[in-house]
Amino acid sequence: MSDTATRGEICAVACADAFRGNGEILASCFGTAPAIGARLAKMTFEPDLLMTDGVCTVVDMPNPVSGEGHEQIVEAWLPFRTIFDHVWNGNRHVIMAASQIDQFGNQNFACIGEHAKPKAQLLGMRGAPGNTISHTTSYWVANQTAKVFVPEVDVVSGVGHDRAAKLPAESTQGYDVRFVISNLAVYDFETPDKRMRLKSVHPGVTVDQVVENTGFELVIEGDVPETRLPTDDELSLIREKIDPKGVLGREVPNPE
Amino acid sequence: MDKRTTEQEAVAELRDGMTIGIGGWGSRRKPMSIVREILRSPVKDLTVVTYGGPDVGLLCNYGKVKKLIYGFVSLDSIPLEPHFRKARQAGAIEAAELDEGMLQWGLLAASHKLPFLPTRSGLGSSVLDINPDFKMVKSPYADGEELVAMPALELDVAFIHMNRGDVRGNGQYLGPDPYFDDIYCRAAKKRFMTVEKILDTAAMANEGPLQTRIINRTMVDGVIEAPNGAHFTECPTDYGRDEAFQKEYAATAKDPEAWEAFKARYLDVETEAEYQEAVRNR
Repeated sequence: MSDTATRGEICAVACADAFRGNGEILASCFGTAPAIGARLAKMTFEPDLLMTDGVCTVVDMPNPVSGEGHEQIVEAWLPFRTIFDHVWNGNRHVIMAASQIDQFGNQNFACIGEHAKPKAQLLGMRGAPGNTISHTTSYWVANQTAKVFVPEVDVVSGVGHDRAAKLPAESTQGYDVRFVISNLAVYDFETPDKRMRLKSVHPGVTVDQVVENTGFELVIEGDVPETRLPTDDELSLIREKIDPKGVLGREVPNPE
Repeated sequence: MDKRTTEQEAVAELRDGMTIGIGGWGSRRKPMSIVREILRSPVKDLTVVTYGGPDVGLLCNYGKVKKLIYGFVSLDSIPLEPHFRKARQAGAIEAAELDEGMLQWGLLAASHKLPFLPTRSGLGSSVLDINPDFKMVKSPYADGEELVAMPALELDVAFIHMNRGDVRGNGQYLGPDPYFDDIYCRAAKKRFMTVEKILDTAAMANEGPLQTRIINRTMVDGVIEAPNGAHFTECPTDYGRDEAFQKEYAATAKDPEAWEAFKARYLDVETEAEYQEAVRNR
């Protein structure tokens, strides 16, 4: 079955792998592939992840991203005001979206253009400054282009490694910008100067394709491995339990 | 003491240039009947502090906002608030954008009458460039850590919407999340609470558990009964969001004619009662 995995499913499994080894922390997500990934991780190799219903209730297993909901068992109450307690305490891993991201992982989803009078106003800072300085953060880019992977972001919402490095060590004790997952590849910052490295390309994607869709110089070391394929069990869980209606295909269309 | 008042009397307390706080979160349990009354009033140049939703879009559209202190503005089911975007893209408002935890911290500092609260949030991000008046503070202890001194966000007036209240100003929320409404009240000099229904104090015990009674009467100066007052934002358990109406509102951002029609039909009326009637008759 693995050879029939869609690009979206490969991305969702890469998101699941981002949570590997996290244990008992709050897992939060922006976007469909991360939402599927977190559920998949919790159903398989990270059963202790804490997840909410998307509002303010911690549930044993959040509803599928499509199709019928199920009876959710409430574990705890987590209203907005306590989210910041969680964030600042550090026991959380969020996968956020990025409208722009640079080679050090500085992220922007606040606005495009000059902040005083932007060309395009987006969400706003939301919790990105506090998240990145306090706990593990990864990013999901559903449509990677050189307009998203940019030499310089217009506004820094999520703090990148170069900016974090300029802060005193005590300020960044929780800082951990870890992975970027896109529709083309997976990236990390495991380099001496913490620049973004191409960790793996998704099956069917070439390194050249990645480079074409990146507006800065990526660290590319030797033969870049392929992102792993979903296992048969993972594919059944995604297709039968987590996304039976296949909404993931709308976020990540399968290449021709 | 009977603190019952009206939207008109509450909004008459506002002066040009005041700082107001608006409770709720995104398109959730917003004191919209008050927002609509502000639209009808002559007040201008407001500084608005909020976890923004359609309150921000409407106030911006009517030119009421000089400065916005916020972490985001969203309609939830419609992620980007189109009227707010329009105002921002026209450079029409001063945008004091914060991390949303810093916003809570600023309100909490004001509510505790502290000048600031320390935090790491904002470090390394553009928040400190956007807010160049923010200062750092050094821990006086052995660690000596440099932290952001998030200044108190003192409010002249706070407006919140609760499910139930009594005439004395005790308030009760029945939905899943209190948001930051009690903090807004303590951060403000003058506080107005709209409620879906005013009850006898004793009767409030039948509505929900003790923990739902987060607003006590020292936190409120005026109580306004405003059934459906949070419309079109959600106010569980009384009602959900009016998604069709919200869609209609959002769509008007792209079409000046549609906006004029929307405005004439729903907003440029004399009273909240007429608004509610127009909503019922649509």
